[in-house]
Amino acid sequence: MTRTEPNRSSKSDSENSGGGGGGTTAMRVIVPLQGVVQGRGGLFLGSVIPCAFFYFLQFYLKRNRKNEPDSGEPSPDSDPSSGSPDPTRSQSVGNLTELASLPRSLSRILLSPRLSGGAVSVSGRAGCVIKGGDSPYHVGQKRVEEDPYDESGNPDGVIELGSAHNTKMDWVSEDPGEAISDGLCMSGIASYEPCHGLIELKTAVAGFMSEATKNSVSFDPTQLVLTSGAASAIEILSFCLADSGNAFLVPTPCSPGYDRDVKWRTGVDLIHVPCRSADNFNISMLVLDRAFYQAKKRGVRIRGVIISNPWNPTGTLLSRENLYALLDFARERNIHIISNEVFAGSVHDEGGEFVSMAEVVDTEENVDRERVHIIYDLSKDLSFPGLRTAAIYSFNESVLSASRKLTTLSPVSSPTQHLLISAISSPKFVQRFVKTNRERLMRVYAELVKALKELGIECTRSSGGFFCWVDMRGFMSSYSEKGEIELWNKLLNIGKINVIPGSCCHCIEPGWFRLCFSNLSERDVPVVMNRIRKVCETCKSQN
Amino acid sequence: MGLPLMINNDDNNNNKVELSRVAVSDTHGEDSPYFAGWKAYDENPYDESHNPSGVIQMGLAENQVSFDLLESYLEKKNPEGSLWESKGSCGFRENALFQDYHGLKTFRQAMASFMEKIRGGKARFDPDRIVLTAGATAANELLTFILANPNDALLVPTPYYPGFDRDLRWRTGVRIVPIHCDSSNHFQITPEALETAYETARDANIRVRGVLITNPSNPLGATVQKKALEDLLDFCVRKNIHLVSDEIYSGSVFHASEFTSVAEIVENIDDVSVKERVHIVYSLSKDLGLPGFRVGTIYSYNDNVVRTARRMSSFTLVSSQTQHMLASMLSDEEFTEKYIRINRERLRRRYETIVEGLKKEGIECLKGNAGLFCWMNLGFLLNTNTKEGELELWDVILKELKLNISPGSSCHCSEFGWFRVCFANMSEKTLKIALKRIHEFMDRRRKVLNC
Repeated sequence: MTRTEPNRSSKSDSENSGGGGGGTTAMRVIVPLQGVVQGRGGLFLGSVIPCAFFYFLQFYLKRNRKNEPDSGEPSPDSDPSSGSPDPTRSQSVGNLTELASLPRSLSRILLSPRLSGGAVSVSGRAGCVIKGGDSPYHVGQKRVEEDPYDESGNPDGVIELGSAHNTKMDWVSEDPGEAISDGLCMSGIASYEPCHGLIELKTAVAGFMSEATKNSVSFDPTQLVLTSGAASAIEILSFCLADSGNAFLVPTPCSPGYDRDVKWRTGVDLIHVPCRSADNFNISMLVLDRAFYQAKKRGVRIRGVIISNPWNPTGTLLSRENLYALLDFARERNIHIISNEVFAGSVHDEGGEFVSMAEVVDTEENVDRERVHIIYDLSKDLSFPGLRTAAIYSFNESVLSASRKLTTLSPVSSPTQHLLISAISSPKFVQRFVKTNRERLMRVYAELVKALKELGIECTRSSGGFFCWVDMRGFMSSYSEKGEIELWNKLLNIGKINVIPGSCCHCIEPGWFRLCFSNLSERDVPVVMNRIRKVCETCKSQN
Repeated sequence: MGLPLMINNDDNNNNKVELSRVAVSDTHGEDSPYFAGWKAYDENPYDESHNPSGVIQMGLAENQVSFDLLESYLEKKNPEGSLWESKGSCGFRENALFQDYHGLKTFRQAMASFMEKIRGGKARFDPDRIVLTAGATAANELLTFILANPNDALLVPTPYYPGFDRDLRWRTGVRIVPIHCDSSNHFQITPEALETAYETARDANIRVRGVLITNPSNPLGATVQKKALEDLLDFCVRKNIHLVSDEIYSGSVFHASEFTSVAEIVENIDDVSVKERVHIVYSLSKDLGLPGFRVGTIYSYNDNVVRTARRMSSFTLVSSQTQHMLASMLSDEEFTEKYIRINRERLRRRYETIVEGLKKEGIECLKGNAGLFCWMNLGFLLNTNTKEGELELWDVILKELKLNISPGSSCHCSEFGWFRVCFANMSEKTLKIALKRIHEFMDRRRKVLNC
């Protein structure tokens, strides 16, 4: 991407081309030379003035670059453990810094000073972590770690409603019995095994995924690639489907994790396509299309669209019509679809129907099936986050082949694979587990929604997953991102509950919050409500 | 359902959707002879009773010599070491739910203490500087992402582990510039070779970000001398670049006194700007013979690197079950002391067996003192002293002798005719059979030459 240079003048075309090209050595020579060659009268000034601007710009940028991580000095606000963060600033500064330190253009390399001594520098990729400060997502997480709520031990601690854990399902009380074998035989698990997963585990995972779709789809184990977590699965797909500098379209609000998982190491960008509360946050194909063409006009190549179903953070289930429309969209623009179905097994709305993208393409031509890739995460549905096992399911043999090779860099450990095989191969256990999980989520969700309504707080209808997408616009001091962060701060510091503000999910409307309820039992709901009530009263009295 | 008005036929509407350059590149290196031999083995694997004429796998650096020690430890059903603690479901639940990328503190402490033990207590390791990754492969890639930008380079001494071509380059876009070493000084890294490599990179306008060494070396099976390490660190300070030391075979040195870790050198240095450029990679796959467990670590003296690596490790975390299982084993002082001692002894004996067996056939190996392999010189058997000549010979060894060994060219060795031969991933009996096949081959050759 070219940067606009302030030294553009209308004096000659050569200056324009010289100015717009970025700080290359060549340009530093060409600009004055062209003036000389053209032999015009006001030639000297015509060369010197733009040159002077140009050199001043270099100097100015060089001075500023000295404060960037690439020069090796740690910046004072890079300490993520700073006590009272200004999340607004850290978020926006973080975003800006991230863009500025993406190590893409040659000009940056020539601009940064070569070090002759002193601290050794790290890469741009590392730099954006160090300088970026912490988003509310991380700040909240840290607070929970430092002061975690415990019913008896620490009743005033911070209640975690931020991250998607499902901590209330208890495997042992579900009596897996013979399902899990304790005696792992060493010789069976110690040696190198396929990084992308043992076929027995893939078969078990395929079975589990089918169960989540109520058996309307039969997943083929040979089209599965296992890896150590959903973050890795999304990253692998990003590496396979897009080149650095390309982009994916993502309807928002979306998972806060995409910023890291899709963009960080790949250099692939995300173009957010806002959905609005007026439409119940449904995806508008018109808006999606507009975003595609706007990107194209800017010279950005869109390689795919990322959807999640059930949706994170709203919990909505995408209808069959939605999915067909998306497939049409992808076909007409010849792009991929990444369908993040990590919450497929956690549909808690009795009337809700989860339709996997796999079902939609079942009857389609091969050339269309090849553009669909599904991500699944055992850790979510099995409440087993520590075990780190996620899957990529694709109809595209080239993607599968590349992904398999890439899993050498993020493999699932073999004792874990064996443990899971013995656990989820028992169909009875799986069915019972999924059913119990759904019922429990349904009960807690119902309690929560009822209690929130009593406080005058509405949420969108969540049919699947662990989240409530809560409308707290009425409690903000100002209808702005600043107002939202202020409210988030109050919820964290006064209410001692950690929720994710909509800005972390790139929601275009301020005032929405993501609340994870899978960590709560029905008994916890009144505790949470009291805390929220306290904050609401504080807000009302202040507003 | 679509929006026909906005469709532009200039789009790449050739129907078949495209993949990225990373996906279609062959930087994964799986088409090289290094991996091709593995395929041959997979198709026709040796088995003592069922397939005695199958391919013997001598291209895979896996350690099975001390397996029995691990098995007996775990089978004693040490309650800490089993999957669930005997007190019931709580242990299991905490285990299953734990997903902090810092890693289990007990496991990091156990790792730190194990790494200290391997170095005979000559260096201290702080558990808070340990970042866990799913294997050393991931650790090396992670460090590369952190220390270098796309198109920058790492200097790596040759010959080197063929997997580096993938691990350091594939997704990172970083290049490898080789530091050429040769047999005249037993392939040790010299200051001249370092300078030459650095100049080569500079002349090509490539920015060097660090040097990555493997110590003990793969494929040489030899430790790097202390003086060479000190010179290397000096070089890195002068050029202001990083030093990554992959010490994955540190527990497999035959005599503990012969191994100097870069950690020992850094131990006595106070200057932070020197220490901050040093990073160590370790894994349990080789020393403990647990490759399937996928446990790797990055140990860095640089706070920024530790912090970033920890966050980046989100892509490659070690399962909590694995951490838990290994934490108690690695902190069992009696077990680890015994294991390290016996493992070294057995590897040394295997090494001597194979080297003596080869010597009898007139085949020389580089003098080695570590690792799971030996570096064998078959230069005298080459038809032509070229890469093609070497691969021809490799092919003969694979097809006729049914031995899969790794050709030096896949390790980027600048001299032809060297081969890496693994000896720790098989029983003694199988090793003897491999030597017998070599003997028969050399015998046949001698007869042909004598007629």
